[in-house]
Amino acid sequence: MKVATTLNVNGVSYPVDLDPGTNLLAAVRDVVGLTGSKEGCDDSECGACMMLLDGQPVNACSYLALQAEGSEITTVEGLADGDTLAPLQTAFLDLGGVQCGFCTPGMLVSATALLEANPRPTEDEVRIGLSGNLCRCTGYDGIVKAVLSVAGSS
Amino acid sequence: MSVQTFTTATSVDDAVAAVAAGARPVAGGTDLVVGARSGKSTMPESVVAIHRVAELHGVESLADGGLRLGALASHAEIAASDDVRSRFTALSDASAIVGSHATRAQGTVGGNLMNASPAMETGGPLVCLGATVTLRSPSGTRSVAVEDLWTGPGKTSAAADELLVGVEIPAPPAGTGSAYLRLEYRRQMEIAVVGASAAVTVADGLVTDARVAMTALSATIRRIPEAEAALIGSDGGSAAIESAGAAVAAASTPISDVRGSADYRRAMAAVIARRAIDQALSRARGENA
Repeated sequence: MKVATTLNVNGVSYPVDLDPGTNLLAAVRDVVGLTGSKEGCDDSECGACMMLLDGQPVNACSYLALQAEGSEITTVEGLADGDTLAPLQTAFLDLGGVQCGFCTPGMLVSATALLEANPRPTEDEVRIGLSGNLCRCTGYDGIVKAVLSVAGSS
Repeated sequence: MSVQTFTTATSVDDAVAAVAAGARPVAGGTDLVVGARSGKSTMPESVVAIHRVAELHGVESLADGGLRLGALASHAEIAASDDVRSRFTALSDASAIVGSHATRAQGTVGGNLMNASPAMETGGPLVCLGATVTLRSPSGTRSVAVEDLWTGPGKTSAAADELLVGVEIPAPPAGTGSAYLRLEYRRQMEIAVVGASAAVTVADGLVTDARVAMTALSATIRRIPEAEAALIGSDGGSAAIESAGAAVAAASTPISDVRGSADYRRAMAAVIARRAIDQALSRARGENA
């Protein structure tokens, strides 16, 4: 039986009907229709589904969507200001932080949470902060450089 | 997934009533939902979300020098607490390395303990620090020493109608230092291959009390009395640490799995135990943070 609830994603309230077992990733992708967040491992290992829940990182594949009622959900679509990319997004593009792009939404969300908690991280802190996000293309180097280039600049 | 009923508890009474009626509690979802999605288990038919229950949150320093953790205290909150870091350091060591930043933001100490994995990070430190948990059912509450909570991998001594509502750690005696260490192949998103915890009290250059526990080396996390005996009354020097480490290895009954063979785990048990004990002794002597 479906349950009626409201999900607040990137500042917009979406009334949705969900099966109680639906995870947050499936709800946001398939019901709300925001497909930026990806399903990688479906097991909380890869971080492709990373969202923010009231500013805190969450592996959305492993979080029940109904638990998010009343919380502010942020996805990669919420990082840009209209057509203006966030500085982090621009840095990813400029410094080789993106190749196939599949991990990028989760990387950007994790990096956003990292910089919010620690605005001036060391390289080691960036690597640890992003180690819940796997990337099979870049070797991480461009991603780490991109995050460091934004750190402390705002 | 086959969840049929989902409710959100707004009070401890609500949560306990739902658990007693057969619902599985969920907070961060980092074990329950992941386990179901990876096929290790199925989602329960009835779930009660307890993450909004205010009384179950918090990391509180008590007037008597002890510490109280709400069941919903997250690893991130625990690791960020100055009091935990300075006086209950082994727990801080553990919470700081659970999963990734997302796991630590959502995962709770109550969930970690009740999931009863013999490889959990917070278990060994809480055992060595003499922690007790409070279990609540519709008929009342009771305290259980953390070391008596687990009966096997994934199994606890809690009754089906009991909810873990909090964890209490007594004030450590003056001159106490503690540490938790794991053997890991990567620094994050890791599960302990072998882990060891130690809490030691040093007075006038002698070890007056010692607790040593092993992680991922037996069916449940447990203390090793022989290792503790090797330390108590000693000067905490290398000979005592060596024999304590040997005692941990001798008491271990590890499994072989994808993360390591039983032989490898047994060989590493002594090494990791020695390092944890050495670190705890250094902290007890005030040699480093």
